[in-house]
Amino acid sequence: MTTRTPEPQENGLVIVPARYLGRWIAAVAVVGILLMLIYSMFANERFHWDVVGEYLFAAPVMAGLGRTLMLTAISMLIGIVLGIVVAVCRLSANPILSTAAWAYSWFFRGTPLMVQLLFWFFLAALIPNIGLGIPFGPQLLSIDTNSVISPFTAALLGLSLNEGAYMGEIVRSGIRSIAAGQTEAAKAIGMSRLQTMRRVILPQAMRVIIPPTGNETIGMLKYTSLVIVIGYSELLTSVSIIYSRNFQTIPLLIVAAIWYLAVTAVLSVGQYFVERHFERGFTPIKGKKPAAPAASATGPVTGPTPAPSIEPELEPSK
Amino acid sequence: MNEPVLRAHNVRKSFGHLEILKGITLEVQAGQVACLLGPSGSGKSTFLRCINHLEKISDGEMWVHGDRIGYRRAGNKLHELKENETAKQRASVGMVFQQFNLFPHRTALENVIEGPTIVQRKSRAKAMAEGMELLDRVGLADKYQHYPSQLSGGQQQRVAIARALALKPKLMLFDEPTSALDPELVGEVLEVMTSLAASGMTMIVVTHEMGFAKEVGDVVHFMADGQLVESGSPRQVLEDPREPRTQAFLSKVLA
Repeated sequence: MTTRTPEPQENGLVIVPARYLGRWIAAVAVVGILLMLIYSMFANERFHWDVVGEYLFAAPVMAGLGRTLMLTAISMLIGIVLGIVVAVCRLSANPILSTAAWAYSWFFRGTPLMVQLLFWFFLAALIPNIGLGIPFGPQLLSIDTNSVISPFTAALLGLSLNEGAYMGEIVRSGIRSIAAGQTEAAKAIGMSRLQTMRRVILPQAMRVIIPPTGNETIGMLKYTSLVIVIGYSELLTSVSIIYSRNFQTIPLLIVAAIWYLAVTAVLSVGQYFVERHFERGFTPIKGKKPAAPAASATGPVTGPTPAPSIEPELEPSK
Repeated sequence: MNEPVLRAHNVRKSFGHLEILKGITLEVQAGQVACLLGPSGSGKSTFLRCINHLEKISDGEMWVHGDRIGYRRAGNKLHELKENETAKQRASVGMVFQQFNLFPHRTALENVIEGPTIVQRKSRAKAMAEGMELLDRVGLADKYQHYPSQLSGGQQQRVAIARALALKPKLMLFDEPTSALDPELVGEVLEVMTSLAASGMTMIVVTHEMGFAKEVGDVVHFMADGQLVESGSPRQVLEDPREPRTQAFLSKVLA
């Protein structure tokens, strides 16, 4: 789509750029549709942008947003930790552990999240008392389930246990993407299994794990809205309480959508920086050339090397 | 004679029904450079991996510096060591792999100090000073901040040698250290290994570099089909082999 007028070359010939009529038609159509949408959004007064503006920063909406963010953060955190445990168990040589991890993923991925949330909320109907004691023996401590399972704990249990099942698969794929030679090299310098996992495998697996985890986090942000069924007052519930009073359903749903979009935008930026951190060593580092001269030094072994700052700054590149 | 650095007695290794090592018995004395030669599939690499317990031996016994590898004897029973116990044994044996296996997310220096700081719990400052000395020894002190992806194959393998040396091993194992390198990069790695041998390090080297075996090796072991066919001085084995199997192999390699 260059509009530059062609100039004669040295040999006097003129280059005429190829023209693509289809591209122009498509572009015009898309811009046209976009303008129509924007026009209708502002011309149609039933959108009630004044109401949207009125409630965008209203106290109950802000409180709901805060709870949504908290629920997202804690559920993701627990989900990721559970995911790592599940993945390590899945890859364990112990058949009981790997089967148990598989069954966990199967169950929590195989039932609707809504059902799981309701299940945890109504746990008291199934198990009226939660006790601490010797299995099949005397109880030492017993408490009423309803006093433990608040809408918040039910939401947290439902969301994080569900997330753990998905994260388990993501972490497992990340761990499996690391070549066996890395484990052998770690073993050869005497590392234990835990050290190998923590220092060698997981940091590299992160490259594979981060992008889908970003997806999961953005997904989780919106899955929290499902807890409306158990009445925990996160963003969507807060908004629904308002519109059930003033019947401004659409404007208030727009308020919620604006906040979900805004948080998603912030999370996407965060993901970019986390990804860049774990790319160390895999892609040429932009704007941060290693201090030492890259070229030269073809001669091997011994010989007086210039020996740079032998007491090097710790953490050469972070 | 003193206790040998490596003593292997009738070592066998099977994968399923396939027997890779059919009873290997050999000793490596302190300061010796032992080269393992033989056609691919003869079990050289497997034997090397057994020394470092990356593979478990199926039968036979093996000692490194008098310590039984992988088992503890009590009466007439051998108790298998747990993984974290074998991890300790491994630290006294350095290993260099065909594919380098450097940690790609760590710089050259970070690769070298990983063992000393994490496994031996040395202070970071001390490990870094020693690490720089080692990188200097392999001629890469100016590359300490480079990531493996920024180094050539030969440079990566030299960092890998420095990483193995950082644990101050009593024995160094080399598993075809130059086989994955471009021909023009082989020399720099062999030079490092030659100077290491000259410093008195005990080394077991699986290699196809006949020149290295002849120049640097103190003893050559020729393996074929999971058996030790012939052992002797490089001159004797390479120039005047007694066994027909060795003769056949050398005639192909040196042709």
